[in-house]
Amino acid sequence: MATSLAHLGSLMRGVRSVDQVGVEERAAALAKRSIKKDSKLWALDLAIRCMDLTTLEGADTPGKVSALCAKALRPKPGDATVPPVAAVCIYPALVPVAAARVRGTGVRVASVATAFPSGQTFTDVKLAETGEAVAAGADEVDMVIDRGAFLAGDHEKVYDEIGAVKEAAGAAHLKVILETAELGTYDSVRRASILAMAAGADFIKTSTGKVQPAATLPVALVMMEAIRDFHRETGRAVGFKPAGGMRTSKQAIAYLVLLWETLGQEWMTPDRFRLGASSLLNDVLMQIDKERTGAYQSEDYFTKD
Amino acid sequence: MTERLDVRKTYKLYAGGEFVRSESGRSYRAEDANVPRASRKDLRDAVRAARVAFPGWSRRTAMNRGQVLYRIAEMLDGRRAQFAALLGGGRPAGREVDAAVDTLVWHAGLTDKLAQLLGTVNPVAGPYFNFTVPEPTGVVGVVAPDEPPLLGLVRGLAPVLCGGSTAVALASGPRPLAALCLGEVLATSDVPAGVVNLLTGHRTELLPWLAAHMDVNAIDAAGCSPDELAAVEEAAAANVKRIVLPEDGELGPWRAAAFMELKTIWHPVGV
Amino acid sequence: MAIAKRTDLGAPAPFEYAPAPEATDHVTIAPKYDLFIGGRFVRAHSRRRFPTVNPATEEVLSEVAEADEADVDRAVTAAGDAFRTWSGLPAARRARYVFRLSRLIQERARELAVVETMDGGKPIKESRDVDVPLAAAHFFYYAGWADKLEWAFPNRRPRPLGVAGQVIPWNFPLLMLAWKVAPALAAGNTVVLKPAETTPLTAMLFADICQQAELPPGVVNIVTGAGATGALVTGHPAVRKVAFTGSTEVGKLIQRQVAGTGKRLTLELGGKAANVVFDDAPLDQAVEGIVNGIYFNQGHVCCAGSRLLVQESIVGPLLEKLKQRLGTLRLGDPLDKNTDVGAINSPQQLRKIEGLVNSGVEEGAELFQPACRLPERGYWFPPTLFTNVAQSSRIAREEIFGPVLSVLTFRTPDEAVEKANNTPYGLAAGVWTEKGSRILWMSERMRAGVVWANTYNRFDPTSPFGGYKESGFGREGGLQGLLPYVELAR
Repeated sequence: MATSLAHLGSLMRGVRSVDQVGVEERAAALAKRSIKKDSKLWALDLAIRCMDLTTLEGADTPGKVSALCAKALRPKPGDATVPPVAAVCIYPALVPVAAARVRGTGVRVASVATAFPSGQTFTDVKLAETGEAVAAGADEVDMVIDRGAFLAGDHEKVYDEIGAVKEAAGAAHLKVILETAELGTYDSVRRASILAMAAGADFIKTSTGKVQPAATLPVALVMMEAIRDFHRETGRAVGFKPAGGMRTSKQAIAYLVLLWETLGQEWMTPDRFRLGASSLLNDVLMQIDKERTGAYQSEDYFTKD
Repeated sequence: MTERLDVRKTYKLYAGGEFVRSESGRSYRAEDANVPRASRKDLRDAVRAARVAFPGWSRRTAMNRGQVLYRIAEMLDGRRAQFAALLGGGRPAGREVDAAVDTLVWHAGLTDKLAQLLGTVNPVAGPYFNFTVPEPTGVVGVVAPDEPPLLGLVRGLAPVLCGGSTAVALASGPRPLAALCLGEVLATSDVPAGVVNLLTGHRTELLPWLAAHMDVNAIDAAGCSPDELAAVEEAAAANVKRIVLPEDGELGPWRAAAFMELKTIWHPVGV
Repeated sequence: MAIAKRTDLGAPAPFEYAPAPEATDHVTIAPKYDLFIGGRFVRAHSRRRFPTVNPATEEVLSEVAEADEADVDRAVTAAGDAFRTWSGLPAARRARYVFRLSRLIQERARELAVVETMDGGKPIKESRDVDVPLAAAHFFYYAGWADKLEWAFPNRRPRPLGVAGQVIPWNFPLLMLAWKVAPALAAGNTVVLKPAETTPLTAMLFADICQQAELPPGVVNIVTGAGATGALVTGHPAVRKVAFTGSTEVGKLIQRQVAGTGKRLTLELGGKAANVVFDDAPLDQAVEGIVNGIYFNQGHVCCAGSRLLVQESIVGPLLEKLKQRLGTLRLGDPLDKNTDVGAINSPQQLRKIEGLVNSGVEEGAELFQPACRLPERGYWFPPTLFTNVAQSSRIAREEIFGPVLSVLTFRTPDEAVEKANNTPYGLAAGVWTEKGSRILWMSERMRAGVVWANTYNRFDPTSPFGGYKESGFGREGGLQGLLPYVELAR
C-alpha cells in the first residue's frame, strides 16, 4: 500500500534537514531518564515481548536455530511470568527449522532476505529469495535497502525495489533495514526513512548488526521523528526496530523511553516496536530478578542457548 | 647487620601509554642504572602511537586538556620528594621540581585561551564573515636539553600538549631517570595513551631518524647543539617540518603558538 | 478569568517513571548560618535572621543572618585590608588559590547541586549537569588568566581596582557567584558578595570551600540579607567596583546610586529575547531549542527565549509539534531526576507570573497549557504558551521571568529583525535556519549581546555574556570579562 509517487525527486529534496548537535543532545537527555521499580519491570517485560531473538551467522545450523527457538518460547524455564519473545530472526535457509518449532505458538518467524547484509546482488535474485523464505514459513521479512543506489542518488531504484519486495512478500510483514552507519548523516537517515515508508515498509529498521555502529539513540530518534511526521501526513503507522549493539537492559530501556516520549503509548507494542538482539535477553532476565530479589545476578543462572 | 635490601626499579620507556623495554633489548649506563637504549624502531613505534592519539587529543575540549595538564601537575607535586631525590637532593633539585609543576599549571590555564589570543575575526572588505582559528599541528618531536633534565623536558612538553598536539620526546642522555619517572606521573594523570611518548638512548643515534621522519610535523630543537640544529633543519625540509628554536626565560603563549597552524574561514553574509 | 492550575490527567499511563529521587542524606544544611567576613563565620551585628525556604515544599531549610550597615562596613574593611596583601602576591600564587576553588567545587559537586535544588527549586538534573559544572569551569578558566594578564591587554599593565561589591540573583545562585567572584579574584581584587535573599545556601557552602582552600582571610566576604543589604554594599564608599545582576528596575537604582562616585559599574539586567524560527529550520531540533529556551529553569533566565517569532509559513506545523512536546514535560519534585520543570522560586515571583498571564488572557491572547498535576504544597506554574499575541501586549513587552512563551509571527527576515529589536531590552536572541549566510546576516542585525544560532541557552566561561541597551552593560566570561575588573595602566 505504497504512497503514490509522482514526484519522488521533489519528495526527497523536500525532506527537512536534521541538526546533528540538537538531535544528539536530545537523545542524551532522554538517556538520562531514571526508570525504577514498577516502571522498570513493566519496561523489561515489554522489552521481552518486543524482542526479535536473533542469530545471523554463517555457522548457524538446525541445532543452533532449534535451541534459539526453545529460548524464544521459554526464556526462563520454570518461570511462567516471563513471556515469550515476539519473533526469531534468522537466515532464509533455516526458516523451515524455525517454522516447525514455533508453529501455533504466537512467536513469529522473521527471515532476513535480499542478500542480507550487503544487498549487493541482482533484483530478481532478491525477489526470489524473498518469495522462497515466505513460502518456507516466514511471517516477516527483514530486507536491506540498496545503499549503493541510495548514495549514488538513484532514489527511484531504491523505492522500486522496496515495492517489489513488498509484493513478493505477500502477506508477510516487511521490515526495511536502512543500515544507518553507511548513510553518513542524519539528513540521509531521515531521507531514507521517508523513502522506505513511502514505498510501503511496515517497519523501518536501523541496521543489520554487521556494521559498526549499529543502532544508536540519536539515529533512533531521527527515525522515530520521521515515523511521527509520516503518520501525521498519511495516517499510516509504521513500526520501528533498532537492531545490533544492544547488550544491556539499560540500553533497551533507553530506546523505550525514546519511543514513549516521541511516539507515545500507541507504539509501545510488538506490532509497532521490536528490538533486534541476541545476548540482550539474558541481561533483561537478570535485571528482572535483581528488581524482584534486590540482589545483583550472575550469568550462571540463565541459560545460554 | 641486616640492612634492608631494596627492590630496585627497572627503568622502562613510556610509549603508547605503556612501559616497555627497547625492542632492541639494549641498555646503557647512566646515573648508576641501566637505562633503555631506544632504537630507531622504538622511535618509529612512538611516532605511530603519537599519530594515532592525535585526532582524539586534538578534538578534546580545550578545558578538558587544561584539566589533564592540571592533573599532571597534581601528580608531579605529590611526588616532589621522589623527584627531588632523583635530581640530586637539596634546594636546587626542589626548585627544579617546583618550576616544572609551575610550568604545567601555567599551561593548564592557557589551553582555553589560545584561541582568544591567537585567533581573530577579520573585517574583510566584502559581505563575508571571516575568522581565523589556531589548530594543533600534529605530532611534535621534542628534543629535550641535557640540563636541567626534568624542567627542560617539561618545558618542551607543556606547550605542545597545551595546543592539542602529541609528542615524542628524546630525553636527556646523561641524566635520563627523571624523564622516565615522568612517565609514571603521566600514566596516572588521565593522559590518553600515545599523547606523550618518552624515549631515552643515544642522541646521535635517534636524532637523525626523528629529523627525517615524514610523519612528524614539527620539532622542538631546544636540546640541539648548533651543529645538530643545522642537520635537523636540513633533514626537516623533506616534509617541510616546522623547526622551533630554543628559547630562554619565561615561556609565553607564543611558545605554544609555535606548535599551531592558523586556519582562516570565509562565509557569505546574506539573506 | 481564572487559569486552570490543577488539571485532571485521566487514567495513569503505563510507563509512569516511578519516583527517582536524588539522595539528600549525604548533605548537611546547618540550622543557622552567620556572615562570612575576614575568613570566618561571624555573628551579625544586627542579630537579625531570616529563613530560607524550599520552594517545592515550603519547608524552612535554615536561617541566615541579615547584615546591617555595621556588618557591611566590617566586610568591606576586611576586604580592603586583604586587598593590600592579595594584590601584592605573585600572580601565579593567586592563580593557584583560584584553581583550588575550582577543584573543590568539583570535589563537592553533588552536595552543591542538591543544596542548590533544595534552596532554589530548579530541577536536580539542571543543578547537577549545568550550574555546578559551569561554576567549577568558570573558576578554572579565570584561574588561568591570573598570571597571564599582560597578554590579555597588549601594551598595558592591568592593575586590580580594589574591593568589588557584588550583588547576585536567585536564578543561578552558585553560577552567578562564580561569574562574579572568579574574574574579580583572578584580576587581583577582593570581594564582598551579597547573595539573593531567597537563595543564600550555596554561597554559605562556598564560604566553607574558601576555608578549605585556605584562601587568605578577607579575600572573599559574604554578607547575606535582602535589598537593603545589597544597597549598603553597592553604596559603601570604599567599594571601588560594583557588579549587579538582577532586574532592570533595580539596576537603574544602582546606576543612580553610584553616579558621581567614580565607582566602576557593570550591570546584567533583564531581557525579552526573541527566538526566531525560519521555515527551513530543522523543526524537531528547533522545538527542543524553543522548549529549552523558555522552560529551562522554569523560565527564570534573563536571556530566556520568551518571544517566539515564527515564520508564518510554518506556524501551523511548528505549534502542533510544540504543543505536543509541552505535553511530555514533567513538572514536579525538583529533587526527582526525571523532573524537567521545577518550582517557582518564591510566592512573590509566582504572583508576578500569574498577574502577567492574566493580563495576556485579558488582552485577547489565546492560552495553552498541557495537562499538568501540580503538587499540593510549594509554588508551581505549568508551562504556558500564548498564541494570538500582539507586539503591543504586555506579555510581549514585559519580562515575565516564568515558564510562559509568547508566540508571534513574521513574513520576511527584515520583519523578523524589526520585531526582534523592537524592545528596550537587548540581552539575547535565537535564530533557527539551515542557511549559514542567513545566520550571519541575522546575527549582524540583532541588537543583542548574545546570539544563539540553531541552539539556545548555551554558556561557557570562555564565551562573553552581557546585554545591549536596558539589558545592561559589561561582559562576563571570556577575555572581555576581565575588563570590568582591571585598570589598564600604562
